[in-house]
Amino acid sequence: MKQFEYARAGSITDATAAAASQGAAIIAGGTNLIDLMKLEVMTPDTLVDINRLELHAITSTPEGGLRIGALVTNSALAAHDVVRREYEVLSRALLAGASGQLRNKATTGGNLLQRTRCAYFYDTAMPCNKRAPGSGCHAQGGFNRILAILGTSDHCIATHPSDMAVAMMALDAVVEIENTEGEIRQIALQDFYCLPGTTPDIETVLNAGDLITAVVLPAPMGGTHIYRKVRDRASYAFALVSIAAIAKMDAGKIAEISLAFGGLAPKPWRDRAIEDLLIGHAPTDALFDRAADVLLADAKGQGANDFKIPLTRRTLKAVLRTVTETAQ
Amino acid sequence: MTRRTTLIINGEEHVVDVDHRTTLLDLFRHHLDLNGVKKGCDHGQCGACTIIVNGQRINACLTLACMHDGDDITTIEGLGTPTHMSALQRAFVKHDGFQCGYCTAGQICSATAMLEEAKAGWPSNVSETLSGDVTLSDEEISERMSGNLCRCSAYAGIVSAIREAVSETDQ
Repeated sequence: MKQFEYARAGSITDATAAAASQGAAIIAGGTNLIDLMKLEVMTPDTLVDINRLELHAITSTPEGGLRIGALVTNSALAAHDVVRREYEVLSRALLAGASGQLRNKATTGGNLLQRTRCAYFYDTAMPCNKRAPGSGCHAQGGFNRILAILGTSDHCIATHPSDMAVAMMALDAVVEIENTEGEIRQIALQDFYCLPGTTPDIETVLNAGDLITAVVLPAPMGGTHIYRKVRDRASYAFALVSIAAIAKMDAGKIAEISLAFGGLAPKPWRDRAIEDLLIGHAPTDALFDRAADVLLADAKGQGANDFKIPLTRRTLKAVLRTVTETAQ
Repeated sequence: MTRRTTLIINGEEHVVDVDHRTTLLDLFRHHLDLNGVKKGCDHGQCGACTIIVNGQRINACLTLACMHDGDDITTIEGLGTPTHMSALQRAFVKHDGFQCGYCTAGQICSATAMLEEAKAGWPSNVSETLSGDVTLSDEEISERMSGNLCRCSAYAGIVSAIREAVSETDQ
């Protein structure tokens, strides 16, 4: 690991000021960042430790939703009474991710900002446009079993690894961000991540010195919640495909549905066209196939991950079948 | 670049000047002679370095010592001794919850904190419902312990040992 300065932030102002300097990185749980620093994939000059900031609370919002402090751990969030009762898909997604030890450390803000597990990003002996812009992408034509089929570019085919963010995407979550001027802005999670395009090193809309202070969930949608994760082993593995689904039925027809996908793209994926196609119709296999057609219209396999295309279709159909039957 | 850091480890206060880069795992093994904590993968994938910090189990390899000023830490050395073993330690011996033993300290630290999580009603990925008390079936135990690998594959003994510790605590 390279040498670095260590600064413990005593206030949000401290944190944003320190984080704005060249070469600074914010550390919260550190479960991903410390690993990347050991491998020298990330080599910050200064670590800004925000763990002593008062960002550990989960509180109700005036709109009937929930404000989750950026430092709330994945364990605490999954076990929170209101989350378990009203935002079941989020508890389920969190519990499907990582291990007990990691969930105790990993934070809400950090989980959103975790980096891809693409093997080429992790191996500093290999080219990678995300780690070293302009060096190339050997994942294309290489070892890409876990990598993306949607939203990719010629420069990068990495997947975003989060389960939590997939559920939050289905729940219409909003990210609260404070900048060095003390200004607070709210950005829909849908607009928070950038697709790789020609700049896969830029993953979010955050600017230097920006600090995620919370994630805000709107009032509960009700309905039936499902998080289905398909992976190479039964526990403690990243998703090949995952789906967060929330549905409400009315008189045998789909009244409301929200769907988000993990393991498929450089960001948690949501495509409202699929939801529009489903709403107002009785659930049938033919309808579910049309939904999969829409989701996968632009899907592009890279060889070793070609299997994700039929796997996604089958998983989506299974999830739609279960969520509409349970919601009857 | 170092930082003076105070840690309460197994009830004893330690004041150390730690290099910023030193993980809790390396601090224990290289500087404090607490070799019960084991280094397996050093990347948070195996759980051999599991310790309990402020009541919660974490991977000691993925956290920097300088970030833990004032924290209360328990390692395997703090759970029992050869003559005064904890209930879980006794159960691991009785059920052959190990073969080579390298992962065992992490398994026992992890299981100790996992039992508290279950008592607090935390659900898991295999829990049928998210509400109500937790019953630690074998499936629940396996899921909750999935962050601890055993390359000898002594899993059957590990699950039996934890199951016995659960029933002892229940009585």
